[in-house]
Amino acid sequence: MVPILEIQSLNKSFGGLHVTANVSFSVMPGELSAIIGPNGAGKTTLFNQITGHLRSDSGRIRFNNQDILGISPQKIVALGVGRAFQIASIFPDETVLDNVRIACLSKRGETGKYLRAVDAFTEATDDARAILESLGLSDQTQRLAFELAHGDQKLLDIGIALALRPNLLLLDEPTAGMSPEERLHTKELILKLWKEFNLALIFIEHDMDMVFGIAQTVRVLQQGALLAEGNPEQIRANKEVITAYLGEDF
Amino acid sequence: MDASFFFTQAVSGLTIATLLFLVASGLTLIFGVGKVFNFAHGSFYMIGAYFGYQFSAVWGANFFLSLILTGICVGLVGMLMEFLFLRRIYGRANEGGFQILLTYCFILIIDDLVKLIWGTEYKSLARPSGFQGAFQMGDIFIPTYNLLIIGIGVVAVILAWWILAHTRPGRVARAAAVDRETVGVLGVNVPLTMTVVFGLATAMGGMAGTLAAPLRTVTPGAGIEVIIDSLIVVVIGGMGNFWGAWLGAILIGEVNAFGVAFVPKWATLFSFLILVIVLIFKPEGLFTSRKVR
Amino acid sequence: MTNNAARRINATALWGIVLLIFALVPVFTTSAYKINVASHILVWGLFAVSFNMLWGITGMLSFGQALYYGLGAYSVGLMVEHMGSGWFLPAIALGLVMAIALSFLLGLLVIRVGGVYFTMLTLAFAQLAWQITFKWYDFTGGDDGIQGIIPPGILENRAAYYYFVLVLVFLSIWMLKRMAYSPFGMILRCVQQNPDRVRFLGRRVRRNQLRVYVVSSFFAALAGGLMAGVDSSIHTDMFFWTTSGEAILMSVLGGINQFFGPFIGAAVFILIEDSIGARTEFWPLIIGSIMLIMVILFPKGIVGEVLRLKARFGKNDARR
Repeated sequence: MVPILEIQSLNKSFGGLHVTANVSFSVMPGELSAIIGPNGAGKTTLFNQITGHLRSDSGRIRFNNQDILGISPQKIVALGVGRAFQIASIFPDETVLDNVRIACLSKRGETGKYLRAVDAFTEATDDARAILESLGLSDQTQRLAFELAHGDQKLLDIGIALALRPNLLLLDEPTAGMSPEERLHTKELILKLWKEFNLALIFIEHDMDMVFGIAQTVRVLQQGALLAEGNPEQIRANKEVITAYLGEDF
Repeated sequence: MDASFFFTQAVSGLTIATLLFLVASGLTLIFGVGKVFNFAHGSFYMIGAYFGYQFSAVWGANFFLSLILTGICVGLVGMLMEFLFLRRIYGRANEGGFQILLTYCFILIIDDLVKLIWGTEYKSLARPSGFQGAFQMGDIFIPTYNLLIIGIGVVAVILAWWILAHTRPGRVARAAAVDRETVGVLGVNVPLTMTVVFGLATAMGGMAGTLAAPLRTVTPGAGIEVIIDSLIVVVIGGMGNFWGAWLGAILIGEVNAFGVAFVPKWATLFSFLILVIVLIFKPEGLFTSRKVR
Repeated sequence: MTNNAARRINATALWGIVLLIFALVPVFTTSAYKINVASHILVWGLFAVSFNMLWGITGMLSFGQALYYGLGAYSVGLMVEHMGSGWFLPAIALGLVMAIALSFLLGLLVIRVGGVYFTMLTLAFAQLAWQITFKWYDFTGGDDGIQGIIPPGILENRAAYYYFVLVLVFLSIWMLKRMAYSPFGMILRCVQQNPDRVRFLGRRVRRNQLRVYVVSSFFAALAGGLMAGVDSSIHTDMFFWTTSGEAILMSVLGGINQFFGPFIGAAVFILIEDSIGARTEFWPLIIGSIMLIMVILFPKGIVGEVLRLKARFGKNDARR
């Protein structure tokens, strides 16, 4: 089986700071994996390089057997890489429905249409409603996005990403700032979405319940380098990982 | 065309450049440190000219005294406007747009108040005594007043550079230009800083107006042309680039001076031409390096 | 501004009534002056609404739409002056074509600079046009302007021209409204709220900004062309920055977050100017002060504040 994402010897430095140090790994289609590591380990930076927001210094990034290093973020999105952000990136003055609907319209290439009302675009609207249903946000479709609770805003962020029908979805700390109940709910939701949308899903997390609860593969980053990679049991038993984390939140 | 002609125009250009720079640097100061674009900056220039006229021509004060008084008065007016009105919209959504709108209202109000107080006839302000003649170098006559302005400009530039680089307030201002919030957290009184910066910048603009007054007649409506010229200087020199603004001012000043000498009616087009060329080929400014991602 | 807000006030029905009111103006008055005021409201209403596509919807504060307004007006004025009134309608069309071309080129230049620089540069270019028109006395008549621009044929009749303007203005505003509520309109609003996320949807921010800039300028030119026939004259002031400014003030007065806000703002502005402004030479002082208060205390504009009050009292009703 061909990996959906291959990172080969990826490097990135800012001045003297080596934020991504020779990272290599492969992600299989449909894989549900987590990236963990102390703050400053370079996890979000890695995501930024995959989505094309940051240009790596050296190495290769292959998505579906295609080199994507150096390609614009727009094209990478079109190829099928989706992303939700650490701080929810939504359209605050639009309704919840419209937030997802604009993404559906974009996927269908219909955002250039200028004389028909948005409501007339029934397929895009249905797509959007379906996604909101999967997220459990159906009862809030008419609320303006800025009115949503923080946790729901993060869900909406994920919804926008899903609307673009990615094959690979990157979630950056999906439960950040959530209460324990919300975390549990989100954990189950992500598992459900992963199955429902047939995705390869990588999430960055500090919540170990979620990491060891649902991830098939766990990758540990420390100071820009890949410290360890394996299934949850292997990682839990890994001495180096325990050392790296013992002063942290494990 | 001979040497004296060239020299005269060059000096004229430097004079224009100095005045431009005094105004443009005030504009950049407020924008860089306060993140406020003072659209009405030209109006402060204009009331500076009127205050200078009032102190000097009407009340007979010494020119240099009225220059300083003008600076103080215009600075106070500026601080008042910042304190009473601009402050109300800090942190609002679409703040940038509302700043422009608010300062646009200032323009409307100030321009009409000027007409109300001083009427619409052109006023004139004489050069200060001692500077009414010309300095002679062989065949070349350089008006001493122009030299005075250039001299003041040089002093202002050095002073500003020294303050920004070597004093605590200057360093605070530079830090605030980069990150207003952090500077606030560090204990600096940000609102006070904004008001003071506003006052300083408008004072500079006002004094430029007084200095310019003897060279041109004092009229209402000079404000907008000044703002556009300052803007061209700032864009050419590079956004927020102090030395770039200085070099840009010199470039525009000289282009204007020589332009007026050859094609007086269309001289102003040359600045625009440079603006367009810069925008096409080097929008970050002639003297700024492109930001690396 | 969302689809919701529009639904809530059932805009369409309301505007049917407004159309009717405007249509009946020549019926209820034969005063050329009053018809002229109504025409001004229509033309400025179009100008302001087209401007607000840029600002209220997309977040691009252009202080230079007068460039296209003047272009449209001078296209008509110059062609009629030099070639006869039969060229009136083709001249409007020519003005529109030139506006599209010019706004495309200028847009390419200034949109990428963004922010306050975009605002000031649009101002600068409009002022450049003003300077050229002002100084080119031989061709444009400079500060004298051009008078005696009479529309051809039946349009020479005041009432007929009024209806001509009414139809074109309402058609244009209808088109702009459809645009505002279309996917294109939604992308524009998203560009204002979160341009990074728009890029992340796979859309180009600048391309969409350029599109709306051209559209807005097109309708500004149409407004200018129509105005040439309303006042039967053109003047360099039409390029002056205060003309751009008035469109902005009208929009803020009415409310930039509602599609029809600017139209209401234009109507209120013109009516106030007609009653108070005509009696004083210090109109800028008055309108500047009014707008100062609006900007600080009522930033949502008339329509916005009315809707807000409605929402608040609506909530109170629900509690009972």
